[in-house]
Amino acid sequence: MLLLRFIGSTALSLFSYLGELLFLMLESVRSLVTTPVRWRLALRQILEVGFRSQLVVLVTGAFTGAVFAAQTYFQFHRLSMETAVGAVVAVSMFRELGPVLTGLMVAGRVGAAMSAEIGTMKVTEQLDALRAMGVHPVDYLVVPRLIAMMISMPILVGECVGIGIAAGQFVAVRLMGVPEVYYVTYMLKFTALRDLEMALTKGFFFGVLIVFVACNEGLKAKEGAVGVGRATTDAVVMGSLLILILNFFLTMVLNIFFPAGI
Amino acid sequence: MTPPPMLSVAGLTKTIDGQHILRGIDLQVGQGETLVIIGRSGSGKSVMLKHLIGLMSPTSGEVFIEGRQIVGLKERALLPIRKTVGMMFQGCALFDAMTVEENVAFPLYEAGERNREAIRAKVAEALDVVDLTGHEQKLPVNLSGGMKKRVALARVVVARPHCVLYDEPTAGLDPVVSDSINHLIRRLQKRFGVTSIVVTHDMKCAAHVADKVAFLHEGAIYFYGAFTALMASRDPLIQDFIEGRSGDTDSFSHG
Repeated sequence: MLLLRFIGSTALSLFSYLGELLFLMLESVRSLVTTPVRWRLALRQILEVGFRSQLVVLVTGAFTGAVFAAQTYFQFHRLSMETAVGAVVAVSMFRELGPVLTGLMVAGRVGAAMSAEIGTMKVTEQLDALRAMGVHPVDYLVVPRLIAMMISMPILVGECVGIGIAAGQFVAVRLMGVPEVYYVTYMLKFTALRDLEMALTKGFFFGVLIVFVACNEGLKAKEGAVGVGRATTDAVVMGSLLILILNFFLTMVLNIFFPAGI
Repeated sequence: MTPPPMLSVAGLTKTIDGQHILRGIDLQVGQGETLVIIGRSGSGKSVMLKHLIGLMSPTSGEVFIEGRQIVGLKERALLPIRKTVGMMFQGCALFDAMTVEENVAFPLYEAGERNREAIRAKVAEALDVVDLTGHEQKLPVNLSGGMKKRVALARVVVARPHCVLYDEPTAGLDPVVSDSINHLIRRLQKRFGVTSIVVTHDMKCAAHVADKVAFLHEGAIYFYGAFTALMASRDPLIQDFIEGRSGDTDSFSHG
């Protein structure tokens, strides 16, 4: 009985949470269609969430590509297949590691900042002040961030993938001694434009997800500093978990449009 | 035909988590009138003020702004109506990331004004009204409590609302600054002819600005009338509030 109640209440909370996200999504779409976009705010957000996230994303991509190339080399070397390292690193970076790691890093850096900023505005009545001045918080706070993330995330994913592949190549060719010609030839043979398209598409959806999760947590923050702290933590945890869950479904669906393999 | 009252409230109730915050409020505020709502902390004053502009939805009852019913309207339908009513929040609610000038210019920019010179001129005029000329480039974090209240007031009046709601305008200020804020409220009312609703428990503020006073007690209006009538009242509850008597004593009980 207790177990049933637990399952029931968990399912109810999950549906309620998804409902909140859906409501925010619909309100944002409505705002995009009916209200002029505040491009000045969107540009400022592109600078904040896109430009300033580059270092984090580049470091993550570079070291992931490097360590992945090294591990793949260690395994493949025993089978004399080290020339295939480039293909494995590139396909993995494009299709999974690049988008997911960028998503997780941005969820941590940007999602936390968004929920903290909006949450602080909520508990200090700045959101009420916006509403009192006839400005819808979704128009002013959510939509510019949404546009910024829709533009920035695919670019960040592209950067992460690019530097990951470059770092992998450096490790495999310069440090492990894999012949560069074979490395590059196999990498190009096993990757195609559809891999890049998949990476950028995933990045786009992860960006949208991060904005809605972070803004939703900020908009419903209450109970002062404790509430803002909780909103920030929830934004990062929920954002990261949902990225991993969404990634599975995106992989299954996008593989229909951008099939893996030669 | 007589114009509708600026604001009217009928049978307003609000229950939060089983607690009755407002218990059937009926009120009318005429054009250009200043109503002061007083009452002890927790009597529902600020909650009531938020209902007047649709920031909170009542459990039951009606709220009219210039004859238009606002209860039940969706958030987006409320936005244009709210532009006719300004609100000064207890904590000022200034945007931290914006300078004084940007805060005051915000309602103009959001109203679609794009002429920088026109915006600058209106902001300068609003800051002049609240005696804050020369502080345009400061951030809210670098302002004193009184200055923040003045900026909040400038941000309200720059949009030329028909009505201004003040939530505890003198709370947390020293008597001198409080007095200057009271003068400012009166000056704004005279200069722009706006209707004002002031929530406070500062009797000096009430004495200075009120045309009418409503005394809120346990979510209901206990007294409504002129300030002089309030002061002349022999009602013990009102007397205790005016005199600031809690009924507590300094001595400990033994036994």
